[in-house]
Amino acid sequence: MKGSVVSITLNGVERETLVAPGTTLLNLLREHQSLTGTRRGCDQGSCGSCTVLVDGKAKLACLIPVETIAGSRVETVENLALNNELHPLQQAFVEGFATQCGFCTSGMIMAAKGLLSVNPRPSRADVIRAISGNVCRCTGYESIVDAILAAAAGMGKPLKKSA
Amino acid sequence: METIDTSFFTEERAGSFNTVGTSTERADARGHVTGRTQFYEDVSFPNTLHLKMVRSTKHHALIKKLDVAPAMKVPGVVRVLTWKDVPNNWYTILKLIGVGPDDEPVLAEDRVRFIGEQICAVLAETPQAAAEGAKRVKVVYEELPPVFDVEEAMTSKPFTNHGSNYYIYEGHNCRRIRFGDVETAFKQADHILECRYNSAPIEHAPTETTGCVVKPEGNGRYTIYSNTQALYFTLDNTALILGVQFNKLRMIGGTVGGGFGGKVDVIVEPIATLGAMLTNRPVKYAYSRAEEMQVSSPRAAERFYIKDGIMKDGRIFARKITLYVDAGAYCRHSTYGTTKAAAHMPGPYTIPNVHVDAYCVYTNRTPSSAMRGFGVTIADFALESQMDQIARLLKMDPIEFRLKNAYRDGDMKAHRKEVEGAALVEVLQAAAKQSGQKLSSEFLAMSSYGWGSANGKA
Amino acid sequence: MAKLKGRGVAAVNYPTGMNLGGDPSQALIHATTTGSFVVTLSSVDLGQGLKTVIAQIAAETLGIPYDSVMIDTADTDTGPHCMGTFASRGTHRIGNAVIMAAREAREVMLNVAATELEVDAADLVTDGKGRIHVNGAPDKGIGVLDVALAAHFKHGNTISGRGIFLKPKSTPVPETGEMDPDSCQAHACTIAEVEVDDETGVVRVLKLTNGYEVGRAMNPALAHQQIVGGAWMGISHALYETTEPYYPDRAHGPLDFSEYLMPGPADLAEMESVIIERPASNGPYGAKGIGEMTANSPIPAIANAIFDACGVRVTSLPITPEKVLRGLDALQAVNPV
Repeated sequence: MKGSVVSITLNGVERETLVAPGTTLLNLLREHQSLTGTRRGCDQGSCGSCTVLVDGKAKLACLIPVETIAGSRVETVENLALNNELHPLQQAFVEGFATQCGFCTSGMIMAAKGLLSVNPRPSRADVIRAISGNVCRCTGYESIVDAILAAAAGMGKPLKKSA
Repeated sequence: METIDTSFFTEERAGSFNTVGTSTERADARGHVTGRTQFYEDVSFPNTLHLKMVRSTKHHALIKKLDVAPAMKVPGVVRVLTWKDVPNNWYTILKLIGVGPDDEPVLAEDRVRFIGEQICAVLAETPQAAAEGAKRVKVVYEELPPVFDVEEAMTSKPFTNHGSNYYIYEGHNCRRIRFGDVETAFKQADHILECRYNSAPIEHAPTETTGCVVKPEGNGRYTIYSNTQALYFTLDNTALILGVQFNKLRMIGGTVGGGFGGKVDVIVEPIATLGAMLTNRPVKYAYSRAEEMQVSSPRAAERFYIKDGIMKDGRIFARKITLYVDAGAYCRHSTYGTTKAAAHMPGPYTIPNVHVDAYCVYTNRTPSSAMRGFGVTIADFALESQMDQIARLLKMDPIEFRLKNAYRDGDMKAHRKEVEGAALVEVLQAAAKQSGQKLSSEFLAMSSYGWGSANGKA
Repeated sequence: MAKLKGRGVAAVNYPTGMNLGGDPSQALIHATTTGSFVVTLSSVDLGQGLKTVIAQIAAETLGIPYDSVMIDTADTDTGPHCMGTFASRGTHRIGNAVIMAAREAREVMLNVAATELEVDAADLVTDGKGRIHVNGAPDKGIGVLDVALAAHFKHGNTISGRGIFLKPKSTPVPETGEMDPDSCQAHACTIAEVEVDDETGVVRVLKLTNGYEVGRAMNPALAHQQIVGGAWMGISHALYETTEPYYPDRAHGPLDFSEYLMPGPADLAEMESVIIERPASNGPYGAKGIGEMTANSPIPAIANAIFDACGVRVTSLPITPEKVLRGLDALQAVNPV
């Protein structure tokens, strides 16, 4: 089986990669692009740790063969803290103690970003729905839901500077 | 968010601190939210081989034939490791602190004792080739009768390599606690309440599965990137299994995507390190989610029989507990967990007569091991369900009933350790207060510092 | 067909540490040339916050700011021995080792400062903000940075310390079980409120009210994380989880998160928790281990609340809707309506 060259816009930069047939977006990110912030938790679409944005929508990178998204825009967690300043979602997760082991965090934040891009003022139920495919084994979810709501409430306002 | 009720133990907790007691930002939070935190799987090295394990499909069977030749024909498969490649194939995790016998093979030899047991390891250029190779390994089994029930296992034909289906504690078939005289006390008791409680195995289910990457350094040393919860346990056991000097191995870890006790076994590192030694290439062995669910050790299933002798005034006078811990096919940490369970009895209450027989039993299922609350979590379910039943029998408020029996400083526990630093009375009072339940002055006046006259034990 | 409400109580204790063969952990601390301190360990952070709390303990004992401390873990080539992260031992064992190492390093630091200031080291105090000064005379002082520079380049001193905590081996007496396995006990009480649907057997946990005694909350926000996350796991254990749904029959084991059931963010109970502190005499600043205990009291509290709600005593975990319904059927068989 021959590989093919696939072009995607990854975190704002167009990348062409030679991939074997069936290569998943998760493998492309982690193995080819060294973007390890997208985590492999199950490789079968049941944990949400690998959630990224594809053309602005939250998707599970482990379930997407790269060939099927040629020409798409992909955004990963590494794209959020631009200019060394945390994105409001990241800031809210830090301030709200919404991380413990941190393994689900990337996926949670990307799922939340996908939600806020279409629904900037979500209800609690909206947030719960948006992260319902993401497993967290440490926190009990409450702090994560609270952090996403806090970020949504604070977005647009100037960020609190922290040490 | 967090509320500290400073009205309890005010004098003892007095002190002035700069950093202790403040909610500083988590040291790792910024790494987590930016995706920069490095977990073991985020390191990668050129030329890495991927390891896929061939596992038993039988609960209990003799291996009549193992044919790895078909796997070697798969393009990309480099080597298949069998038990013959493992220098010291039999081990037990706690041997470093003197626990024996070596009851578990790294790779199965002539028999398998549970579904999922490791038989041979396929090393290949890609995960796909390793998986394909593993599928093609031929194992011919002769099935043997399995045993799944802990009480049946106690008397059925031993399937272990050490001649019994239970762990032997210094000549006894169980860990014993003997305190007072329960049989005489039962005769004196006003009520007897007996009940059986049990649980099924529970998986830790960390979001990051168990795994490691082992890299040969070219100087005879090997660096193991691992998500173990205990680096030295893993290093020392790996060196013993492989028969190499301890200082040939270096472990790097410390950042783990959830553990809950599920990452204290030493399973992936020895075989991956062996692969790296025999091929002189980096080797990665990462559990799939399915392996994490069914092959990694769960929390043990436990079965409790509790018999209590109770006095009319609400005091528990005697408690007899028989516990069966389902260790699964091999011991791992279960002897330790069973002893921990025995030491936990009879719960945080002062009971003058206690009798515990805690059996660590082998069955033909995935070996169980440590999990958050090891030896205690299921015990608490049993003990506190029993406490609720007694409170109802006596028609007492469940909090007041517990306060009447709660241990205090200076009491003697069943394992003959004097209680100090007790605070059961106070958590009961604090929770009652928080929930709006008014306790009468008799119960509000109680404290862990000692017995008031209200209890008749002054 | 009704939704029946009930309330249940449970109270527990939990040992900090558990040893069979002796339970040690070590720490090394050294100052950099510029007055930061590196704590070198081979200990593991599973997400419970070890790296944070250990830095707090080191900063407190050294008398320097929290952000002057760096935690270097875990590499067996550089980090001294640690038994590992389990048995609620991390904060207690490693915290004590770090205090011992930090005291030794602090003593050197104060001696160097005393030489620089030409005063008696016994008269010096740290302000926790990066300065060392004569007690009662804040102006007569020196920065930790300058002390570290002087130690390295002027006096040839290493500002460093070694620490170990060992819980000695306790061998149980075979006949009686007499033993000393742990260091201290933390405590918890949960009051659970549930709703049982008598048509479906589904149990919903409405509220958990918890009291936790933790020795000392080193970082209250992190203690709160353990409490909330642990209580969630307790709900999950009580009502959902197992790898063998028909135990001891081995059939139908779940293989992924769509088959292995746990409550999601839509299934959360209201939670109200209060922490109380009775510092442990042998704990670092009184801390006890609480990470494991937090999951335990909710489980029986929920079981007891279910009985309170509908009269069904489920004695086997997990308490599935099937078990509740079978219990309700059995009740009806005894007392037909």
